Amino acid sequence: MSHSNWGNYPITDATEHRFQPGMNPSELNGYWIPRGMGRCYGDSSLGDSMLSILPLNRFLAFDETTGLLKAEAGVTYADLLETFVPKGWFPPVTPGTKFVSLGGAIASDVHGKNHHKEGSLSSHVRSFELLLADGRILHCSPTENAQLFEATLGGMGLTGMVLNVTLQMKPIETSLIALHSIKARNLDELMDLFEQYNHVTYSVAWIDCLSKGNKMGRSHLTVGEHASLEQIAGTKHAQNPLKLPPKKAIPIPIYFPNFALNNLTIKTFNFLYYNRQFKKEKKSFVPYEGFFYPLDMLLDWNRIYGKRGFTQYQFVIPPENGREGMREIMTRIAQKGLGSFLAVLKTFGPQDSMMGFPTKGYTLALDFPITKKLFPFLDELDELVASYGGRIYLTKDVRMKPEMLEQTYPRLGEFKALLKELDPQQRIRSMQSERLRIHE
Amino acid sequence: MAPETQNPKHGTQNPKPETSSILILGAKSDIARAIAHHYAQAGHPLYLAARNAARLEADVSDLKIRYGAEAQALEFDATAYESHAAFYAALDPQPEIVILVFGLLSEQEEADKDWAKAQAMLEANFVGAASILHPIANAMEARGQGTIVGISSVAGDRGRASNYHYGSAKAGFTALLSGLRNRLAKKGVHVLTVKPGFVDTAMTEGMDTPAPLTAKPEQVARDIAKAIKKRKNTLYTKWMWRYIMLIIKNIPEGIFKKLSL
Ligand SMILES: Cc1cc2nc3c(=O)[nH]c(=O)nc-3n(C[C@H](O)[C@H](O)[C@H](O)COP(=O)(O)OP(=O)(O)OC[C@H]3O[C@@H](n4cnc5c(N)ncnc54)[C@H](O)[C@@H]3O)c2cc1C
Repeated sequence: MSHSNWGNYPITDATEHRFQPGMNPSELNGYWIPRGMGRCYGDSSLGDSMLSILPLNRFLAFDETTGLLKAEAGVTYADLLETFVPKGWFPPVTPGTKFVSLGGAIASDVHGKNHHKEGSLSSHVRSFELLLADGRILHCSPTENAQLFEATLGGMGLTGMVLNVTLQMKPIETSLIALHSIKARNLDELMDLFEQYNHVTYSVAWIDCLSKGNKMGRSHLTVGEHASLEQIAGTKHAQNPLKLPPKKAIPIPIYFPNFALNNLTIKTFNFLYYNRQFKKEKKSFVPYEGFFYPLDMLLDWNRIYGKRGFTQYQFVIPPENGREGMREIMTRIAQKGLGSFLAVLKTFGPQDSMMGFPTKGYTLALDFPITKKLFPFLDELDELVASYGGRIYLTKDVRMKPEMLEQTYPRLGEFKALLKELDPQQRIRSMQSERLRIHE
Repeated sequence: MAPETQNPKHGTQNPKPETSSILILGAKSDIARAIAHHYAQAGHPLYLAARNAARLEADVSDLKIRYGAEAQALEFDATAYESHAAFYAALDPQPEIVILVFGLLSEQEEADKDWAKAQAMLEANFVGAASILHPIANAMEARGQGTIVGISSVAGDRGRASNYHYGSAKAGFTALLSGLRNRLAKKGVHVLTVKPGFVDTAMTEGMDTPAPLTAKPEQVARDIAKAIKKRKNTLYTKWMWRYIMLIIKNIPEGIFKKLSL
């Protein structure tokens, strides 16, 4: 059967097996790779055969007083939210879609809008059970099989299959976010605002990548905190403060034709988006859904990019090079006019893990439709990113060269050696790991 | 939607209160899990029964954490016939609704080579079902209430080369259910025969089934709950299978035997 991930590129013929307890992956033919919800953009969870964690989706234990949760790794963020928001608990770190599995989130060591304050998912995972290529199951934590624990968080599924996870959830008093949204006229203003609001837990900026000159970096910064009971006292929501947001989703039933997204439509979109807020600043209380998962309401929105597919380019560069680097990269993107529908800027706090993506600095994510001109252009961007001491996010990658990985992930050698030791035959492989020559 | 046949006698009778307990036999399958979620969410206490019940403990905690549901894992083996009467008698309180989900499907080619494989299908799908329904039917008849739901299969509607051991066992099961319905309808006991077509489960893994004809386990669960409420006799899910099977059943045998189905 043909499979692809969120970017609809590449599309590959592969067999998907459902994982069942007691299954021994050493009995599978050929190479295999763990697979969750397929929400990585590229080829990280594609391979000869794919072992789906989704049938393992049970909550195993929850301590209502401490918020410590043990769950099987096929549980999705959607499940987590639906079950625990009404009890007053929130995932400690969440990606921008709730349709990912816990296993996938661990393998990518996902980050949210709170990295500068609360780190990536790895800061909140207490332990997990990992199924190795040879069928052994190891308990991993910062004190037990510590190297394997670290390598798996961000290891893109290559160390083995995470079966279940023990995770510290975060207490909330209401299901609302106290939101503060500020318009920035250009990149400099935006960077200043990021510094000014650095103390707020959640922050993210949406940038119009097509505006040039002194308008380059025209954007909206939104910062937010979980609203407290006190803040919403007297409002209608206070009667049921942990109410789940209504489930409404708009399906996108067909692939849009390739011409639907061109510079004109994107320009119009960005113009409307920027100007939807008339005032410079706006404060409000909003359901968490629209704040964390704005695109989940458009089911299958990836079809907007048409059948040719798309990719997301996400990089991080260190703070000392932040302004200059961002300016140069964004200038190149604006000049090239390859059309980015979404450009999202966030900040990362300090982190230094084996394969996890986040390191202190600024991270920008841009979506690009797949065209002939794109990959050579992204290779140019890679050079720039590397020259500023940055790197790109593997879970979004579909085309990076092995040299770039080598150059920008300093602990790659340690990771490769560990994989060889764990699995001498290197049976766990993805299209991505082969493309990046991780097994050589 | 398909015109479902109503049981005229009980068509208007009220559904059970939400506190009624439900026994799911063969609780590990994807369909069984979807049924358990459906009823746990509605507040029903559940008995989950299957072989190696220790593996069901994860489901018990899951249902409790998600829905605050009361659930219990029980050891049950469909072919340990001699244990069945005692198994059922020990349930306290006795379940209002019994849903028989267990089934066994092996490759027909393997069953053709190896009688043991064929026998196992006949036993689990038919004899096992008949055996556990024996004490259940008697108990419900005596109480004058209860619901029996059997997950049979469209495969039982006509024997085909590709799965005739499974199909014939399911045909037997379907006949058993209709016999029980005939016997128990007058006693206030409702018997529902469920015939799923393709369902997206571990059982159909690797088969590239056509999407419009393939149901998700959650949809099967919802359809079953609705059919229980409306006291239907036979449920095809997805509904179009009723018509597909109508056509298949009506192909003259002279032609049918030449088809590769
Ligand atoms: C709209 C959108 C917004 C996003 N926003 C963010 C964001 O804000 N921050 C962020 O960090 N990411 C973000 N992502 C990326 C996403 O969080 C990651 O790609 C995540 O890994 C996807 O999880 P999945 O369950 O879909 O896994 P898949 O896509 O199926 O797999 C991803 C990787 O995880 C591995 N894997 C899956 N399950 C297991 C397991 N049980 N054990 C071991 N390895 C496993 C796979 O081998 C693969 O390498 C976003 C993605 C989308 C589509």
